[in-house]
Amino acid sequence: MTPEAKPVLTPEQQRVLARSPAQCFRHGIVQSLPFLLVLVPFGLLFGVLAAEAGLDLAQVMGFSVLVLAGASQFTAVQLLTDHAPVLIVILSALAVNLRMAMYSASLVPWLGNAKPKQRAMVAYLLIDQTYALSIRQFEDNPRLRMDQRIAYFVGTAVCACTPWLIASALGFLVGRAIPESWALDFALPITFLAMIAPMLRSLAHIAAAGVSIVAALVFTVLPSGLGILLAAPLAMATGAWVEKRTEGLRAEART
Amino acid sequence: MSGFDLKIWFVILVLGIGTYLIRWSFLGAIGNREIPEWAARALRYTPVAVLPAIAAPLVVWPAATGGEPDPVRLTAAAVTLGVGLLTRNTLLAIVAGLIALFGMLYLWA
Repeated sequence: MTPEAKPVLTPEQQRVLARSPAQCFRHGIVQSLPFLLVLVPFGLLFGVLAAEAGLDLAQVMGFSVLVLAGASQFTAVQLLTDHAPVLIVILSALAVNLRMAMYSASLVPWLGNAKPKQRAMVAYLLIDQTYALSIRQFEDNPRLRMDQRIAYFVGTAVCACTPWLIASALGFLVGRAIPESWALDFALPITFLAMIAPMLRSLAHIAAAGVSIVAALVFTVLPSGLGILLAAPLAMATGAWVEKRTEGLRAEART
Repeated sequence: MSGFDLKIWFVILVLGIGTYLIRWSFLGAIGNREIPEWAARALRYTPVAVLPAIAAPLVVWPAATGGEPDPVRLTAAAVTLGVGLLTRNTLLAIVAGLIALFGMLYLWA
């Protein structure tokens, strides 16, 4: 890279780079605070549904500690309630979590050189919220040191994962007192939509989301979870294809 | 321990291990190997490919109404999406969506 091409850091980027790991950790906590508004009702709802499905407190906590993945926990409990075969329950819930392989891969450029123990810990704490915040922080501030990146990630995880566990347990305990008219069930789709909307920055993103929606609706005839497994690769391919085409058109326009 | 309990614990353990391995896959096993360009390009669209696929059926056929499309929930979804697009702010979109949802449920009841 030539000196002229060296990007000029914005004041905000300079502030981020100057933070100590402890400050990065706190910054991660603060930035994931808004997710509490969603994760707490989610966790409560999981506890409620799990109690209704006949799970005991240890099993509720087993799910939230060992699986630690909201959407797939809901999927599993829903299918267990429906008395689906064990294999279908596990495959469907794993399909919901397959997206995390892609999170894992997309963090490699940023965390791939961390110590194996740190990467093992990041893997355990890799949920939608910690991923979304961290990848944005890393991409906006590519010059962050590894210790700053890890500290920021752990900060987001402390604030996003701990309340999930507590809320699941509380949901189990107070679950039956929550009236159905609260419509907590719809907190999940609302969260997904709220996460999706700001991502629709380009034609390629919009195309990918469109294909994802149509395919998921068409594939609902398939057993739960499998629709996502088919819709997601189709949508990803669409996004990549549109991006490549748009780049090609731009290159042509320049020449 | 009943058969149902055993079934649940089996699901929890296998799902827990499987989910961990999914999360660990690239970070743990593949480390700092280069990701091919086509894969990197596709990965950019992961969230926008997966999240709508989870949300769409839940919005159109909500479980709470027994899978019947519901004007209240469809409106709340539209408000969430609209506010999210306009403000680019996830939290504002969630708050707006929940206000729309609970407001309309209150008016409807």
